[in-house]
Amino acid sequence: MYAPHTQADINEMLAAVGVDSLDELLRVPDAIALKSKLEVVPALPEYLIGRRFEQFAEKNGGVNYRSFLGAGAYRHYAPPAIAALAMRGEYLTAYTPYQAEVSQGYLQAIYEWQTYICLLTGMELANASVYDGATALAEAAIMALGATGRKKLLVSRAIHPNYRAVLRTYCEGLDVTLDEIPFDAELTTNYSALESALASNEYAAVAIASPNFFGNVESPTRDALEAIKHSGTVPIAVVAEALSLAALEPPAKWGAQIVAGEAQSFGVAQAYGGPYAGFIASTAEHMRRIPGRLVGKSVDNAGRTAYVLTLQAREQHIRRERATSNICTNQAHCALIATIYLALMGKTGLRNAAALNLGRSRELASAVANVAGLTLKSSAPFFNEFVVDTGRPAGEVLAALRKRWILGGVDLGRFYPELKSCILMTATELTTSGDINALATALEEIMRAPAIV
Amino acid sequence: MPPQSSEPLIFEIGQEGRANRYLEQGKTLETFLPKTLVRDELPLPDNSELDVVRHYTRLSHRTFGIDLGFYPLGSCTMKYNPRINDAIASRREFAELHPFTPDELAQGALQVMYELERSLSSLFGMAAFSLNPSAGAHAELGALLIAKKYFKDRGEMQRDKVIVPDTAHGTNPASAAMCGFKVISLHSNERGRVSVDEIRKICGLDTAVCMMTNPNTLGLFEDDIAAIAAAVHEAGGLMYYDGANANAIMGYTRPGDMGFDLMHLNTHKTFTIPHGGGGAGHGPLGAAAHLVDYLPTPVVTYDGTAYALEFDRPKSIGPMRSFWSNFAHAVRALAYLYANGEEGLKRVSQLAVLNANYLRVKVADFLETPYPETCRHEFVASAQVLKKEHGVRALDIAKALLDDGYMAPTIYFPLLVPECLMIEPTETESKETLDAFVAALRAIVERAKTAPQELFDAPVTTPVGRVDETRAARQPELRWRP
Repeated sequence: MYAPHTQADINEMLAAVGVDSLDELLRVPDAIALKSKLEVVPALPEYLIGRRFEQFAEKNGGVNYRSFLGAGAYRHYAPPAIAALAMRGEYLTAYTPYQAEVSQGYLQAIYEWQTYICLLTGMELANASVYDGATALAEAAIMALGATGRKKLLVSRAIHPNYRAVLRTYCEGLDVTLDEIPFDAELTTNYSALESALASNEYAAVAIASPNFFGNVESPTRDALEAIKHSGTVPIAVVAEALSLAALEPPAKWGAQIVAGEAQSFGVAQAYGGPYAGFIASTAEHMRRIPGRLVGKSVDNAGRTAYVLTLQAREQHIRRERATSNICTNQAHCALIATIYLALMGKTGLRNAAALNLGRSRELASAVANVAGLTLKSSAPFFNEFVVDTGRPAGEVLAALRKRWILGGVDLGRFYPELKSCILMTATELTTSGDINALATALEEIMRAPAIV
Repeated sequence: MPPQSSEPLIFEIGQEGRANRYLEQGKTLETFLPKTLVRDELPLPDNSELDVVRHYTRLSHRTFGIDLGFYPLGSCTMKYNPRINDAIASRREFAELHPFTPDELAQGALQVMYELERSLSSLFGMAAFSLNPSAGAHAELGALLIAKKYFKDRGEMQRDKVIVPDTAHGTNPASAAMCGFKVISLHSNERGRVSVDEIRKICGLDTAVCMMTNPNTLGLFEDDIAAIAAAVHEAGGLMYYDGANANAIMGYTRPGDMGFDLMHLNTHKTFTIPHGGGGAGHGPLGAAAHLVDYLPTPVVTYDGTAYALEFDRPKSIGPMRSFWSNFAHAVRALAYLYANGEEGLKRVSQLAVLNANYLRVKVADFLETPYPETCRHEFVASAQVLKKEHGVRALDIAKALLDDGYMAPTIYFPLLVPECLMIEPTETESKETLDAFVAALRAIVERAKTAPQELFDAPVTTPVGRVDETRAARQPELRWRP
């Protein structure tokens, strides 16, 4: 209860309104009036709320394990200056900046975010954020459906399984067919399969992730790119690990027209899955199809530089059922966090962080590959995660690692039946040599034991 | 806020090489990757931490939030955001928990989600909630996907119409369109409400869903809701409750009791999640018993000993986002429930409605209030007469309020009230604040009659004056260029 009313206030206000009681103000017809007691958590004084959540916190033992989890959510260093700035009340308690004159600061920060995303992806424009990486892909697909008037989508099976699952959910509503391109033995998209699929000229979009879900950097073949061009299909690049953009050629380089991504890596807490910051960037031709809010630069009535939400004729509060998307709320605060992260890291810091990720993950890969019985599943270049084949059910290996206070990675059998002996392992700049040695030692012990068949 | 010289963009401040030492120096990128894969340029600025801190602190000074003043933005429930919620959500055991942490090592997080889900279900009369959707509009989309699947399962695919009253939020029709439904817009009656007769007339074998907010966006309680729900159900349709205005009903009635089959909540409205400049939100999606199996995955379960994320739900519409929920917001929402309990939540609604009615009668002294009856959490006023007689529009009043240190009310919504000002004070504002706001608004209305030009020129005390929106849209400049 955070209301300031004294009983005297209440009495005076009731009198002003001309009613006798609060119940009179809130009365509803008898048939729908609440009659039973509710089962809501009990009221506690503030200090006990803190204790209650301390109890919950203690039951999240996973945060104390050595972790090699990634797969779409990454543990990166976030300088404390981010929280000090982003948690300022002006940012935290602002609404969507519809009243531009008192929202210049936030509008400018989002304009900076849009610019950062453009510079990182090589695209012409970016929106003010969407819910997360998976919904970014779904919204990007909707842009392509609108641009082409087609009703089929093609996605690489090496895209994050959760992203593809969300896209399937959206496709049910849109009455759109979703087809998948297989990946090859090297765990990269099978580009000849992509070429043959595109021969029919009926796909609105083809989506490829790089790094893909297995951590591998994709290099679309020249023939595949030609096929995309000839089929009139909109190429969508998916980026689930945004830090990779500091090291790898931007998606614009291979001809992506839309980039759908996740910026969690830029200082946003893992927080058991959210909130994160999805982004959509595109070439100029898709400007009027991009969903959600856009900040533009303009001038005020005295000619001073001013920022304002713009091209709102695309949006639901103006267009209602004819809007390009139903998106209203976005992830402004997470986008602000990412913007401050990028400002603090700078080009030099970001490229160095990317290099450390490349280095640590290679150190991890060679330590793991040295364990008898374990093999690296692919030799393709990777960013900060890779696939290890254990030759036995991966779930068993991971369970044995948990007994040794290690979260060894993600069991790929969860998503790909043919990879049930495989683990997706991740190392970032925060992974230490101590972590890697502990994992290698544990794996030596585990792999020495005969497999439970 | 006095007029200030503009703040340069972050890209105009830095110098290459002015980097902060957050990490040790690694090797070059080319050590690890073939040269052809490495990008050769990354045109981002290097800034010192002090420059970054000053820049974003200065920008915060050019941003208005609830922490700075009264925020009477209708339909947005801009109430105080208690700091303990953020402190708890920032604990490392929550903030650093990876979404793929095995259930047995994330029992605390799962219990948070479970307690929140159970409490919301009871509070709003639903059988269960999914905490998966990311915001209100996202949950609406989920609900319509559920409706589509449900009717498909029943062999009633001809149900392709969604009924949306003209008072509805714009997201309602937009969400319906994303599921291929045709939108039937329903005019409110002279009482500002949906008429049962109208509903009976348009409902039929093609009715899929009727989407309503109660109280509606005029702040009026739809007192015929039970009869409306019965008519929609009789025709075989489903009732959807847009929970944006849930702050008005807690402890008095529940969407489930009103006859709704599906609903969403905006925990960033009713349950004090900070709006953060327009997100992240959090949109739990509730379902009555016959639709629970369709809820988006995952759903949190409890078997008496352990909590788990359940993914294998064959009838589910599937997941709607990358990971399980905007979990940090579930933490905040549950902390708020603990701060209130059942009695406290009832008190919240009581005082929110009291504040709105108090403002309504005070404002009615000098502005038209088109629906002069008891309202709920919000009410609408109109500047129609001022416009006719003095040329002063709702927009001008809104801009003048900014000069007085207030956020403007929602304007030009709902669409059926000309020159609409939609005002929602919330329960966390004191009588003194409301009185001061009334005085400021009264003075503005007086100036509209005596010195209208001053209002056309407003605001003048803000960092910038009125922004040229036409130019922004005609010559879109959406980014800085090197």
